[in-house]
Amino acid sequence: MSAGPARPRGTTRVALTANAVLVYVFFFAPIAILAVFSFSDDRLVGRWGGFTTSWYGDFWADELLKDSMWMSVRVAVLSTFVSVILGTMAALALERFRWKTQRFFDAVLYLPIIIPDVTMAVMMLLFFTWGFDITNDVFGTEFSKGFGTITLSHIAFNISFVSIVVRARLAGMSLELEEAARDLYATRWKTFRHVTLPQITPGIAGGALLALTLSLDDVVITQFVSGPGATTLPVRVFSMIRKGITPVINAVSVVMLVASLVLVALSLLIQRLRGGSITG
Amino acid sequence: MGCGRRLGGAGVSEENGEPDGDVEPAEGLDPPQGDLTTTESVLTAEATPRFERAARRADAWRGFFFAAPTYLYMLIFFVAPLGIVTMYSFATRNRTGGTDLEGWNLASYARLDEPIVRTIVFRSLWLAVVTTVICLLIAYPFAYFMATRTPRVRNLMLVFVMIPFWTNFLVRNYAWRVILENDGIWNDTAEATQTDTVVDWLLDLPHWMQWAIPDWIENLPSPLFSEVGIVLGLVYGFLPFMILPLYASIERIDLSLVEASRDLYASGRQTLRRVLIPLSKPGIVAGSILVFVPSLGAYVTPQILGGDKETLLGSYIVVQFLTARNWPFGAALSVVLLGIMLIATQIYFRNEGRTL
Repeated sequence: MSAGPARPRGTTRVALTANAVLVYVFFFAPIAILAVFSFSDDRLVGRWGGFTTSWYGDFWADELLKDSMWMSVRVAVLSTFVSVILGTMAALALERFRWKTQRFFDAVLYLPIIIPDVTMAVMMLLFFTWGFDITNDVFGTEFSKGFGTITLSHIAFNISFVSIVVRARLAGMSLELEEAARDLYATRWKTFRHVTLPQITPGIAGGALLALTLSLDDVVITQFVSGPGATTLPVRVFSMIRKGITPVINAVSVVMLVASLVLVALSLLIQRLRGGSITG
Repeated sequence: MGCGRRLGGAGVSEENGEPDGDVEPAEGLDPPQGDLTTTESVLTAEATPRFERAARRADAWRGFFFAAPTYLYMLIFFVAPLGIVTMYSFATRNRTGGTDLEGWNLASYARLDEPIVRTIVFRSLWLAVVTTVICLLIAYPFAYFMATRTPRVRNLMLVFVMIPFWTNFLVRNYAWRVILENDGIWNDTAEATQTDTVVDWLLDLPHWMQWAIPDWIENLPSPLFSEVGIVLGLVYGFLPFMILPLYASIERIDLSLVEASRDLYASGRQTLRRVLIPLSKPGIVAGSILVFVPSLGAYVTPQILGGDKETLLGSYIVVQFLTARNWPFGAALSVVLLGIMLIATQIYFRNEGRTL
């Protein structure tokens, strides 16, 4: 469709173009400035004092920061792995079958997407506190918050995002191929393995990247379920910012930024492969 | 076989217990009892051969089997926590700051009526509304501009909206902190060591542009640690959430309608109000909710850009857990926040949402 004639002209056009340019400047200037100043040789975060890479060195030398970085990576990978499997199964169950209490399940699966972070954080905190009280009393175990609780909480919200992305893919797929395979005496498993799965792979990959991103981004929920000394990089950075900002935080932020950008690039690649919609 | 995707939504199955949605084990193949009073179910029961019904029943079992692990996970790690929060909101705080899970009462909810709590709730609502409106005003023209480009340009523009959408939220808010921090990029009040601040740069603009720069800019305080700073951070954080659904719905509009309206001598403003806005309403509603809900519960942005002075609902809830140790009250506030969110999303789905 040529969008030509509906294009605004005259002053409207100038205003719209200016607005678009400003939006992009607004989006990218702060990120660029942050990246530049992470190389500034000055104790004040926002002052240019010559080029240095020493803040990155400081970051690398900081054991606490490095520990929490690895924690972030481990949590992200494990929670993504589990939620991709569970989320895909849920998507298949919801899109390809009809069963009782399905609508309830559907609603439950939607909730983590729209629930405010703070509420979910409170939920998980109270759940683990209450649950550990009971298990430690009854079984005499000594569970405490840390890697396990963080991962379990991340899986709880990641499942929803994976399933929504995979469902969008399944919904956009025609059933004819699957039916043809069944008519040709393929078993259900073979149909899934050779017909459905190849078609939804981009959706699964997209969902996995979204899950990785969300897990690496999360601050509020993780802060509530992490134990003393055991937490992820964003939470560590967040508590550092609250104590007072230092150029090391600039360096860590840029590292996190680069990680996000790599994931964006991958997701765009996948999107190109499936040539599809924006987020689904 | 193929159950249509929208079939379940029609609601045939739940009211009259049509075997379609049945996951009970197939004990014999009797038609569901007590349901034969309605003509509808009689018809379906007669029209469906027994083996087909059995097949469907098996199918329902398979669906349930696929969902079961996730179902169980969500029941344990999401639904149960939800129940526990609700339970805590009715509990009592004891003298040591612990929580007694007994003597259930509504005291925590009654505290919502306290002036300080009301101020915080209304301030949060107000800032969330302001953020949503600003996002809408920026995003709508942007989305329209995007939708009227050629497909190539459009995709490129979309990519550069997706980048901030995917980029770490904490880092993006922190970037503003770096810019606005005192004696940094924004202004330089204490020592005059650095000359190239944003304020200086504005004052150094050529003469013909000076008319746009008011005199007071020289003493303009940095918006950091104020409500302006919070709104700035929220708009920066959530603008992509507004642009994407708006673009999705404007792009779907047949733009020849805009032309038709102009051909019939409607002014630009009339076209916007009578044609574009009504047609893009789903996008407006979706975007507004996607911005409003997280803004209302925002915690990170107020902490980084708002300082401690401007307490908002999100921070106030966190304080109840981490410092004030009043868990029942914190739980009650979380339940209230959840309630507001549920109302908002109801509106979203009424407007045939799911654009994202």
